[in-house]
Amino acid sequence: MTELERKQEYAPVPKDWTYAPAPEARDIVSLRERYGHFIGGEWVEPAETYATISPATEETLAEVGEATEAEVLAAVAAAREAFANGWSEISPAERAKYLFRIARILQERSREFAVLESLNGGKPIKESRDVDVPLAAAHFFYYAGWADKLEYAFPNRTPRPVGVAGQIIPWNFPLLMLAWKIAPALAAGNTVVLKPAETTPLSALHFCDILQQAELPPGVVNIVTGDGSTGAAIVKTDDVDKIAFTGSTEVGKAIQRELAGSGKRLTLELGGKAANIIFDDAALDQAVEGIVNGIYFNQGHVCCAGSRLLVQESIYEPVVEKLKRRLTTLRVGDPLDKNTDVGAINSKQQLDKIKELVASGEEEGAEIYQPPCRLPEKGYWFVPTVFTNVAQSYRIAQEEIFGPVLSILTFRTPEEAVEKANNTPYGLSAGVWTEKGSRILWMAERLRAGVVWANTYNRFDPSSPFGGYKESGFGREGGRHGLEPYLEFDGGDGSRG
Amino acid sequence: MVQAPVLPRGFELPLEPRLPRIGSVDAVALEERAASLARRSIKREAKVFALELAVRMMDLTTLEGQDTPGKVAALASKAIRPDPSDLGIPSVAAICVYPNLVPAAVSRVKGSSVKVASVATAFPSGQSPLETKLDEVRWVVDHGADEVDMVIDRGAFLSGRYAKVYDEVVRVKEACGDTHLKVILEVAELGTYDNVRRASLLAMAAGADFIKTSTGKLPGAATLPVTLCMLEAIRDVREETGRMVGMKPAGGIRQAKQAVQYLVQLHETLGPEWLTPDLYRLGASSLLNDVLMQLRKEKTGAYQSPDYFTVD
Repeated sequence: MTELERKQEYAPVPKDWTYAPAPEARDIVSLRERYGHFIGGEWVEPAETYATISPATEETLAEVGEATEAEVLAAVAAAREAFANGWSEISPAERAKYLFRIARILQERSREFAVLESLNGGKPIKESRDVDVPLAAAHFFYYAGWADKLEYAFPNRTPRPVGVAGQIIPWNFPLLMLAWKIAPALAAGNTVVLKPAETTPLSALHFCDILQQAELPPGVVNIVTGDGSTGAAIVKTDDVDKIAFTGSTEVGKAIQRELAGSGKRLTLELGGKAANIIFDDAALDQAVEGIVNGIYFNQGHVCCAGSRLLVQESIYEPVVEKLKRRLTTLRVGDPLDKNTDVGAINSKQQLDKIKELVASGEEEGAEIYQPPCRLPEKGYWFVPTVFTNVAQSYRIAQEEIFGPVLSILTFRTPEEAVEKANNTPYGLSAGVWTEKGSRILWMAERLRAGVVWANTYNRFDPSSPFGGYKESGFGREGGRHGLEPYLEFDGGDGSRG
Repeated sequence: MVQAPVLPRGFELPLEPRLPRIGSVDAVALEERAASLARRSIKREAKVFALELAVRMMDLTTLEGQDTPGKVAALASKAIRPDPSDLGIPSVAAICVYPNLVPAAVSRVKGSSVKVASVATAFPSGQSPLETKLDEVRWVVDHGADEVDMVIDRGAFLSGRYAKVYDEVVRVKEACGDTHLKVILEVAELGTYDNVRRASLLAMAAGADFIKTSTGKLPGAATLPVTLCMLEAIRDVREETGRMVGMKPAGGIRQAKQAVQYLVQLHETLGPEWLTPDLYRLGASSLLNDVLMQLRKEKTGAYQSPDYFTVD
């Protein structure tokens, strides 16, 4: 070693590695102070408004319209007018052109929509950037492709559009649910009145800019904002031919009662209490990732969330240990930070509901685990939570919590796993983790769930149909199946067949 | 004398306390997890932390037929003082050379914190008789190597003769004495993540202080998913036995950005305890200058031409 080298300084090894904040820039979104309703291709000044906030900071982002019955009727009339005078008659290839345009513009403006979605809904930017917005664009691309091939999708059945569709969507995936609803409806030749959720209207309102940019004919898509009463007004309107609703089972039931005997078509995508089933031969570390993705993705605000974990008893301990360790690495906080894994709870109301159910779990005797975690002072937050010692009869094993709360139960045999998984009023989704291919098929045949994921969870694709059994609803969205609710056919299919 | 190990098919390993089950690895989910960790956004002071740590953890490597004492001396200078214009930059962990170059390397780094690692056991193929391999190990240890990087016998592993692989690692470990043993799995030749996990557990059971991905002599060396797979095996051994085994991805890590990704993966899989050169190394020949360039950029705000960093 040389003299110079001896002078090399040895700084002590630093101890703690804290990631510096990495916020996505907000200024890509230009929020307006006030938003109206989008009716007949134009912004209409609302009669009444309410404030929409960021659930992470409780700051007011903008004033948005609270649609009255008259405004809903105007939107429906605009949709009817557009349907009758043009949209149902233009060539299918023309319809496809508009959908392709929308998809491309959405891709071009993807960063803006990702920020908007995280700002208004509280979900981590990495999810809105990598999941919500790309999938929404993918749905438009996918259904654009079907628009001029409906005859091939349903050979010899002469598919025709239904008319005006009233669509009511939830707050957990605002833009993605909009895409799930609007893309197949337009591809099939319908016109639309859509109401985004009360707490997350902004991405739908900015989507209207895309519609204008794409030069979609006026009235083909109309967007009105408001709370449940606005949604009820859409459901009641005589001139709507079809209602598509995604949301709570309670509201879904009310809609079904309201529509009984009206001749209107209905599809419902409602709640879930999915079982995520881990067999003892599963690839454990990947299964643990799947559990985390299943319940903490989007703060657990996912209708198909894997909220009931069924673990084979022989591997219960290592799975719970691994899961608890993994929970300590989840980063909860600012939704706009690119390193955030779990964002803000969507609303105060939802936070209260989660708290109430978690309290009931503790009361009934389940054991709670929450990793050490510092939450921001303002906004609505809930620490990722795991319950062990859960009995099938506890409310946390029965009711949909719709938050980052996992209930762990055990089973001994595949038969018992199926029995417990199916023992719920819901039936939207399920997960199976095993290295044994034959067991995956055996389970999939017996699980009464619209989607069964094998060795993965919460994976979506526009070409794959999605929907529930039992109280999780009926009708399918996505894939060729997703076109059917928006079409009439010759010969005994659909209510007006 | 080492007892002949008795291993039933699928090798239940005869160590106490019990070792983790071999289990299996789901390739799709493993790769997804690795990709999602690679998307962490590491900025400013967090980035400087990672880059400096990467320097401290680096095994600066030259493994060429054309290596000479002169080349090794130049590498040693770089290892001790990576950036002569910034004495705040720490020395690297070790230089990694062929056995013949060990004496030159040892004399050159004496007195510094830089260690000498030597590849051995018929590197890179491992296709030599055991006695030859052991002689080689003893020779490099006698000549002052601090660390030995051995290769496993992939031929034996792939033909299911796990006991032979295990036995060789045990014998080499014995020949090493107190010298640190890194066991190279050569993952590109193992073909599946299941095999990587199996070989990792086998090497750790046999006494490896470190497990290492690759020789660097094949295309398809270290990748993020394969390293994650090995880290998970290390975590399971820690969980079951309390033993902390080190990890060394090697080959194909050329950019500072990759180094940061590897460290994020380490941090979030094994935790802050493993953020030390005693338990993690980056085997690389051309990574150092890119890390130095990024560090200077973080400090000065501007990129400098590669000509301002010495090529050794």
